[in-house]
Amino acid sequence: MDQYRLRILFFSTKSLATKFTGPCAKTFFAVVVLLTFITLASAQKKSSCIECHVKLDDPRLSAPAKLFDNDVHRGRGLSCNDCHGGDPTADTSEAAKDPMKGFLGKPRTLDIPAYCGKCHSDANLMKRFNPSLRVDQEKEYYTSVHGQLLRTGEQKVATCISCHTVHGIRAVNDPLSSVYPLNVADTCAKCHGNADYMSAFKIPSDQVTKFKTSVHAKALYEKQDLSAPTCNDCHGNHGAAPPGIASVANVCGQCHARQADLFQTSPHKAAFDQQGLAECVTCHSNHDIATPTDEMIGTTQGALCVNCHSDGDKGFAAAGHMRSRIDELIASIEKSNDILTLAERKGMEVSKPKFELKGATDALTHARVLIHSSSTAELDKVVAPGLGVASKGYQAGLDALEELSFRRKGLAVSLVFILFLALLVYLKVRQIESRQAIGK
Amino acid sequence: MNNLLHDNPEPAIGPSGVEPGRRRFLDYLLGTSVAATLGAIVYPIIRFMSPPQIIESTENSVIAAKLNEIPVNSGKIFKFGSKPGILVRTDSGELKAFSAVCTHLDCIVQYQPETKHIWCACHNGSYNLNGKNVGGPPPRPLEEFKVNTRGDEIVVSKA
Amino acid sequence: MRVTAMKDWLDERLSINTLSEIAQKKEIPLHRHSIWYYFGGMTLFLFVVQVVTGILLLLYYRPSAENAFESVQFIVTEVQFGWLIRSIHSWSANLMIATLFIHLFSVFFLRAYYRPREMTWVSGVFLLFISICFGFSGYLLPWNEVSFFATKVGTEIAGVIPVVGRPALRFLRGGDDVTGATLTRFFGFHVAVLPAAATVFLAIHVLLVQLHGMSVPPSIDKQNVRKMKFIPNFLLRDLIGWILAIGVLAALAALFPWELGEKADPFAPAPAGIKPEWYFLFMFQTLKILPAKILGMDGEVLGIMAFNMIALLLFIVPFIDRGPENRTRRIVFNVIGVVALLYIVVMTVVGYVT
Repeated sequence: MDQYRLRILFFSTKSLATKFTGPCAKTFFAVVVLLTFITLASAQKKSSCIECHVKLDDPRLSAPAKLFDNDVHRGRGLSCNDCHGGDPTADTSEAAKDPMKGFLGKPRTLDIPAYCGKCHSDANLMKRFNPSLRVDQEKEYYTSVHGQLLRTGEQKVATCISCHTVHGIRAVNDPLSSVYPLNVADTCAKCHGNADYMSAFKIPSDQVTKFKTSVHAKALYEKQDLSAPTCNDCHGNHGAAPPGIASVANVCGQCHARQADLFQTSPHKAAFDQQGLAECVTCHSNHDIATPTDEMIGTTQGALCVNCHSDGDKGFAAAGHMRSRIDELIASIEKSNDILTLAERKGMEVSKPKFELKGATDALTHARVLIHSSSTAELDKVVAPGLGVASKGYQAGLDALEELSFRRKGLAVSLVFILFLALLVYLKVRQIESRQAIGK
Repeated sequence: MNNLLHDNPEPAIGPSGVEPGRRRFLDYLLGTSVAATLGAIVYPIIRFMSPPQIIESTENSVIAAKLNEIPVNSGKIFKFGSKPGILVRTDSGELKAFSAVCTHLDCIVQYQPETKHIWCACHNGSYNLNGKNVGGPPPRPLEEFKVNTRGDEIVVSKA
Repeated sequence: MRVTAMKDWLDERLSINTLSEIAQKKEIPLHRHSIWYYFGGMTLFLFVVQVVTGILLLLYYRPSAENAFESVQFIVTEVQFGWLIRSIHSWSANLMIATLFIHLFSVFFLRAYYRPREMTWVSGVFLLFISICFGFSGYLLPWNEVSFFATKVGTEIAGVIPVVGRPALRFLRGGDDVTGATLTRFFGFHVAVLPAAATVFLAIHVLLVQLHGMSVPPSIDKQNVRKMKFIPNFLLRDLIGWILAIGVLAALAALFPWELGEKADPFAPAPAGIKPEWYFLFMFQTLKILPAKILGMDGEVLGIMAFNMIALLLFIVPFIDRGPENRTRRIVFNVIGVVALLYIVVMTVVGYVT
């Protein structure tokens, strides 16, 4: 119920009440006053914008009013006029949308960043609502490819509302938000996945489809691991741009710090930069990053190293060496695992050696990371102890099988004695009974 | 009660069909076999009852290291039941122990003396010396264990 | 002689000479069904094996959800001959139940429960149920996946009985679910309550057998049957059987060691194809094939009630089939016995194969 009508009700009730002064009337009056205060306190500020627009037939005009219920700005006590200007208390369209009252209307695409930036770039203002929010999004935006193109007058680029939507804007941590980590890729895909739309810009439109096949997408969508990267984690969100090829390692290195560090100190860094090869991406690809396999390294068919290296150069030899060492470790672990599983199936308890064998698998993981250093010496430092652990496991398996065979031999011997004893008792019985028969 | 082994006295001559010598031989064999079998049953039982080398199953408490094995500002991985644990001696000399299994994707963490944090090499996750996850992807803190010293041994047990 | 002096000393205090005379007098009838006489003693021997190995396991076993599995693992890997003691305990339990069933059916078919041996039969039926409880409670103690779920299903079935089911389930489980409380409770049953009950009923059962002597089946001429002295003849033969049983147990322990499995995880889903130990299998299989509704009542509940009824009827067998006079009743009981035996065997096999 709006403020105006409430005031009428309030005063009319009050005038009515003076006609009655008994205790009944006084209680009734008190209740009404109480209810009025409660309603007044909870009533929103009057907004004629919403009142009118909600009733319009054209969905383009009624949608903003309807969506606004879910908007994060509404929750902060803001309304249409806080962005669009105008007078929300006015009851007529002309009065409400009076430019004299500051009405701005619908902004042009080119003006949208400034429109939002009116508040979001104002540190003093934002402090009142959310002191920890950044206030440089607008500035960042103009460093992005979208922003730079917008400056040239290109309208088919993303602006604030393209990603954040408008009128029903939700906070980033709201799972229904278009910029919630699980939804970001689909939001970007709205344009970047549309081949026709992107044809003018001469960039591919398969990034999101490729991304969805990647190991990062699996972590994000299947395991719901929100720490896995989506588009904005590598490209930036407001300052969205593909990372420069000499800085890809830094981007991936945000999470894959070890690999990045190793790469930076490896001979590949200088070689890649000189040849204009993208770091990380050259071997692992950018959007459709698959789980790396051991086949990627080495000198055999299907390995990535031979794309640049050929027989005779140092890199070729190093690649071959690293692959063979890793294969050796894998084979050793498998051999130990097999014998331990065999012992286990035969009934021996080998859970401790099996646990200790995990140390060899750890060494293998470590070795696979060390490949990024391209240093055979570093790799050997890790593989050697790993082989040691694996062979200890193998020995434990051999010991278990030996114990098993010892038990069986022990059993055979005991059975011989037991059967012998049974035979002796039987003979004794025969002897006693023949004596008893004679005695009779 | 009839004593099986010292039955009727030897007959001087016996149409018993069993020579006294053979009967005595059978009794002797029987006696030694019974003794051997009883021994073969009692021996494992005695061995079973005597405490083995490791006196307790290591699930709830384990000796992680000796006091002199872990200097100030260093860490050591140890086996706790079927899972790895990490023992850390802080700058102030205090001993702390945590589960060494990273809460992100189960890699084994390590101690970084430079940052004085526990770090996971797999995706750059880090934990402070209270076990709290303070950097990178790990979603939860590391489980903390209780540390006690007994003589020169460091005993780690479930909290 | 020193030996006679010792015997006199003991006799003055414990009357062992009287006992010795009674033992000397005991005779075993020899006829074509005599072979079955061995099975009672064999069951008793295996029970003794259980007690001895059970006490040894008690030195290392820990009855809590956190420690039970690890303590059994410890026994099997670290304790000297632990693997042997543990496997013998598990195998002997199964062998004992097998010989117990053979003993039960042989006594049934040979009518050893006719007067005056009705109480021997009743005490024997008590021992049957005590043994089954031993098996059920002991099975949970390693706290591994199979035993956890077998206990869950087993107690669930108990809970289905109308009126008393729910309180019975809570009593068995020590709560609403199978938890560490269940384990501790089952341990208490297994090492204290059931052994006490078994001691009482075993004493009654064995004493009654000595009192009444070995029963002769109705088809044998009691007056002219050959007899064999218990001491030393039959006892030595018993001994041969027991020595061979030790050999069998040793072979089973070394060649088919009892599995340890995975530690129980109450939150993991039940493994597929979970089934109870073989001596419960025929009942389990029956419940599986019963239709959901029989005459408007829940099929499973009816099945369980039926088994309970049969269990109660088992007690009063000697009071229904009183003596050899009633020929028709004897034939009827023989038929019932054969049908029951075949049913159990077939259902057990079916349970294993499916």
